[in-house]
Amino acid sequence: MAVLSDLDRQDAASQGARLRPTGAARAIARAEAVAGYALAAPAFLLIVALIMVPTLGVFVIAVTDWQFGARTLNFVGLENFRELIGDATFRAALVNTLLYVAVTVPATLGLGLGIALLIEGGRSFRAFYRAAHFLPVMATLAAMAITWEALLHPTIGLINQMLGDLGLPQPNWLRDRHLVLPTLMAIGTWQNLGLAMVLFLAGLKAIPQDLYDAADVDGADGWLDRLMTVTLPMLGPVTMFVTIIMALRAFEVFDTVRVLTQGGPGDASETLLHTLYVESFEYFRTGYGAAVTLVFLAIVIALTLTQARVMDKRVHYS
Amino acid sequence: MSASRHSLSLPAALGRHAILLATAAFILMPFIWMVSLSIKAPGELFQARFTPWPETFYGVQNYGEALTSVPLGRFMANGAFVAAAVLALQLLVAAPCAYALAKLRFKGREALFALVLIGLLIPQEVLGLPLFILFYLLGLLDTYAALILPFAVSPFAIFLLRQFFKAIPDDLVHAARLDGMSELAIVWRLMVPAAMPAIIAFAILSVISRWNNLFWPMIAVSSEELMPPSLGIVFFRDEEAGNDYGPLMAAATLVVAPLVVAFLIAQRRFIEGVTMSGLK
Repeated sequence: MAVLSDLDRQDAASQGARLRPTGAARAIARAEAVAGYALAAPAFLLIVALIMVPTLGVFVIAVTDWQFGARTLNFVGLENFRELIGDATFRAALVNTLLYVAVTVPATLGLGLGIALLIEGGRSFRAFYRAAHFLPVMATLAAMAITWEALLHPTIGLINQMLGDLGLPQPNWLRDRHLVLPTLMAIGTWQNLGLAMVLFLAGLKAIPQDLYDAADVDGADGWLDRLMTVTLPMLGPVTMFVTIIMALRAFEVFDTVRVLTQGGPGDASETLLHTLYVESFEYFRTGYGAAVTLVFLAIVIALTLTQARVMDKRVHYS
Repeated sequence: MSASRHSLSLPAALGRHAILLATAAFILMPFIWMVSLSIKAPGELFQARFTPWPETFYGVQNYGEALTSVPLGRFMANGAFVAAAVLALQLLVAAPCAYALAKLRFKGREALFALVLIGLLIPQEVLGLPLFILFYLLGLLDTYAALILPFAVSPFAIFLLRQFFKAIPDDLVHAARLDGMSELAIVWRLMVPAAMPAIIAFAILSVISRWNNLFWPMIAVSSEELMPPSLGIVFFRDEEAGNDYGPLMAAATLVVAPLVVAFLIAQRRFIEGVTMSGLK
């Protein structure tokens, strides 16, 4: 926090320089500072109590063998993390989550962008198409997961009925070890592509008409020309945000796993947050759960920071 | 945008509609299936051919069953109460802090803002385990407080409001002070009204998150009478409905309906609220 205290000093120094002339000015500055502390105090205390201390608490718990409810605990160093690495369920959760992110992020981005371009490409039914594609973003995922369970029901579900009509095999989507993760990916894409779409729509609206006019003058007047020379390059910054948001949402996949598969069959659809939940709140292996939590935290933070940096370089700002 | 000046040729326009209708149909299919099953009699569910509208309307029985076999009305009321309480607390805590960060000079302001930014980085799920222990120690697990208090402070609300408050001219603040307004009055009677679009957008985002969240309620409460709709519908499936799809889909429809209806009424506001989380 050295940087921060430097900033403090600078702040205080500039304040001192500005206010040296009169005692009255100093009194006003002091009153302003007192008001600042008073107004910020509730938020400050709550951030410390509900976010910072709990986060630090996870670090402390993660190096103990504490089980919730036990009266004793021992310091075990990095033992929990060693156990994590050797734990097949955890490894499955990590791999599944990475696969889930690797598939759903490009899928939501691609479909979201394509649909946004099509909606903006014409004038009729814009509001209808936008609303229709956005609906799953609003809808309670736990309830929609139960609906998907009915849709995917092996015998009476609509999807297998349609497959049956076409004479195709009717798999048990949520109980087949090879199909369960792709099925969850499809539901995740279904839920989130509307969010990517509205973010891209906002980005498209922000592109100045001048650029299209200039492209026209330069002879780029076909839709593909406009797309390649103006639209896509100008969407760079938005794409950065959408990618981060979609990746974070994908990493946080939990509701569908909990409601539909509980990680099964076997570990085939185990994900990071679901493992975190099971270890922490079903087995009450608190120390171990804290270690899983830290892995999750590290991934989310690394993702946010590095992705922002990597895309910063590629993105076209103008 | 853009293409509006180049109106589409007929084949292109038809192609646009064909693709968008197909993707919209895929997106809407679960909703149609859900509502359709919620008004069908058990016998019709097993029919080979899917028809959206039932031969015999069975909605009264299904919705009646959903509302009486579990306290679904209670779940929904819990959801509304928790969402409202959380939102009120978040604004009460965030607005004064955002004003202090935007308009007041005090030692430690940058450090406080850094704390807010760190808070923004930490996902709610990371706090599940320590907050579970904290609320256990406080004896607050399985209470409304456990559902509400963890969300009392929103770093995002502070961040967002600070940005909007900064855009309000300092002269307005000085003039208000000369008129004898207290700092607190400046927050609530000058800043907050001027930042209404941001506040509405945040409110929508906050209510959606609380109503839909499943992770924390699963940890925080176990009593039926405290469950929010997200947890309640899962409880209904596990404890009561099983494969009795009519009442289950009726319950799902009721849980999903408030936000979907509100969205259809105030589409632009909702989309603004959700995009704000990404673009601001």
